[in-house]
Amino acid sequence: MYLADSRGTKAPVAPGTHPGRRGAAVPGTVIALGAVSLITDISSEMVTAVLPLYVVAALGLSPLGFGLLDGLNNGVGALVRLVGGHLADRGGRGHKAVAAVGYGLSAVCKPLLLLAHTIPLIAAVIAVDRTGKGLRTAPRDAMISLATEPEHRGRAFGVHRAMDTTGALLGPLVAFAVLRATIDGYDAVFAVSGCVAALGVLVLVLFVPTPARTADAPPRPSLRDSLTLLRLPALRRLALCAVLLGLTTVSDSFLYLLLQRQLGLSAHLFPLLPLGTAAAFLLLAVPLGALADRIGRRTLFLAGHGALLLAYVLVLARVQGGTAVVGVLALHGAFYAATDGVLAAAAANATPAAQQGAGLALVGTGQALARFTCSLAFGAAWSAWSGHTALAVTATALALSAVAASLLLRTPTEVTA
Amino acid sequence: MTRTTRLLTLLIAVLLLGGIGTGAVLYSADRSGKRGVEQQGGPPVRVGSVSLQSAGRQLVFRNMAWGPHRDELATVPADQPDSERTASGVKCLRFHAAAGTGVCLQAVHGALEDSYRAVILDDRLHELRTFPAAGIPTRARVSPSGHLAAWTVFVSGDSYAGTDFSTRTAIVDTRTWTLHDNLEAYAVIKDGHPFQSHDTNIWGVTFADDSRFYATLATGGHTYLVQGDVTARTLTTLHQNVECPSLSPDGTRIAYKKRAPGAPAEAPWRLYVLDLGTMTETATAEQRNIDDQALWADGSTLVYAIPGDFGADLWTTPADGTGSPRRMVTSALAPAYLG
Repeated sequence: MYLADSRGTKAPVAPGTHPGRRGAAVPGTVIALGAVSLITDISSEMVTAVLPLYVVAALGLSPLGFGLLDGLNNGVGALVRLVGGHLADRGGRGHKAVAAVGYGLSAVCKPLLLLAHTIPLIAAVIAVDRTGKGLRTAPRDAMISLATEPEHRGRAFGVHRAMDTTGALLGPLVAFAVLRATIDGYDAVFAVSGCVAALGVLVLVLFVPTPARTADAPPRPSLRDSLTLLRLPALRRLALCAVLLGLTTVSDSFLYLLLQRQLGLSAHLFPLLPLGTAAAFLLLAVPLGALADRIGRRTLFLAGHGALLLAYVLVLARVQGGTAVVGVLALHGAFYAATDGVLAAAAANATPAAQQGAGLALVGTGQALARFTCSLAFGAAWSAWSGHTALAVTATALALSAVAASLLLRTPTEVTA
Repeated sequence: MTRTTRLLTLLIAVLLLGGIGTGAVLYSADRSGKRGVEQQGGPPVRVGSVSLQSAGRQLVFRNMAWGPHRDELATVPADQPDSERTASGVKCLRFHAAAGTGVCLQAVHGALEDSYRAVILDDRLHELRTFPAAGIPTRARVSPSGHLAAWTVFVSGDSYAGTDFSTRTAIVDTRTWTLHDNLEAYAVIKDGHPFQSHDTNIWGVTFADDSRFYATLATGGHTYLVQGDVTARTLTTLHQNVECPSLSPDGTRIAYKKRAPGAPAEAPWRLYVLDLGTMTETATAEQRNIDDQALWADGSTLVYAIPGDFGADLWTTPADGTGSPRRMVTSALAPAYLG
């Protein structure tokens, strides 16, 4: 069985890691990939922060036309992630190459925004940018897991996600600094964003080691191999739980909307809510990742959903005041810190080394599609009943799903230290 | 590659990319300096005093022409729109005025982020009250009496490459300063029945009087013309596929942008006029995509913005579907008639 395999064959140790000091340091590959994500997120979030302003204030258009492509992008993004994972496993040195193409694709999009002055063109550029993001996610996570000892993967993913979020928080600051320096210099924002993205690709190419392959490496997995990964009981259970819990995870924008309405929050504070979640995620990603390595990823993954349930309950209870808002955002950020990297770490440990890309993509795509389905259902429920009722129903479903998931995940099939 | 080579390559790249980035910022900063210089062949602009209670009939708009008075409110005589502009020194992204009351939607450049506010102005363009706005300004209107003012902003951006935008519309009574912060709190009556949904968006108010107004309500992928009541706090649907309504001076017709069948999905809007008595629609002669809330120049002519060389130009077309569009003013946005 692959479980014995994954215990027997040591994960390829990349240059920059120190096998002698097990657990003492996060592998260099993870730090390098974290730096790439940090730099790339500065670049992406620069654009995200000024795009609405650019469209409405500089071009004088309504951005409502963007919504048209959103659903399409979500579906395509999920499929592209599967393709990225599979391609990465196939090539001899696939992970890094596919990730580089993904990062490169997004980097090219930034200068293209300099030329796009109409909604359809801007939307097309965003679609390409998202394709790049979908393509690189699975190979990047596969490189993180392959470079890390299985028992330290929780912390490694935590470090990566914390660095990623740091970039996301810095991006808007850089963008507005450029706008201040130039007055209406949207083109300068796009140019600087392109330069930053190019730097991210370069750091990837220069400093992320190509995962080494041993001489007796298994044959390249075919498409069928990738699709039959779900026959592995541990991965199947994990994917099932990710989908089950994803179906009861209300999308961020709905939660913020409910928070604002139920707690009567002033409208102009609304844009600050995502920052609260991101800050909590940033602070908790590393400690919770390390904790996951100690007490078990499945336990922490379930505990994270417990935090989400608590956040729902706080919103449902209509507890007023700033403390309640901070509490909900802290719990929401803790939920991400306890589940995002932790799920990747658990999935990595349930997948053979040769198929990390495809395995991680399967779980990730399953979760993404489940959350998308939840968004559609939640929207319909809100229209049919009310936001409060829709959340109450979702919270109940989340509690039931968590119980089911804890039963499903009880069998110890994961390699832990 | 050795570690030293890699670090050296990175250093060179950082210098190179840093140089390009700095160059782009400097170029843009320099160009914004050039923007302070009047463009060749552009409309002449001079500083002067602007009053919203003008003696003759005047057109006021956001001056988009490059030069020291870009983005300032400027006036021209209504019958000579190409003549010299009188700039007021007051900058607005969007603006509207009636009966001596103005509503000016402004950006406030903060250290970390831009924020936005709606400012109610008196007839000398002095600030009476300011209200924080939750996003980027897009529509502004004042009621014919000058007692009510409404504004719409876009709220956006809470996830990676998020492309979901929503609108938020507020109305304030300038006599009591009662603020209706978010019209989504109004009760919706759709096709005669109470209706509620999470995805309602309301934008583009146009006032009939000091209690009645019309606006766009969007839900479930459709847009509706709604009649609003400030006193009863209700919105009642009247017609489908209507965005950014604009009520004619006699209150009988509504000019609006309609998603025309067969038009490309990304540029779907054509300018139509709806007769409220018979509910018949008339297409105007304007065949281009219109992404603006039209303004009635009089009982028979519509004014609207179309993207132009310096941001936007104002065009006119007859409201009855005859004639053809004509460019009225270059480099101008957000018009209102005074006097």
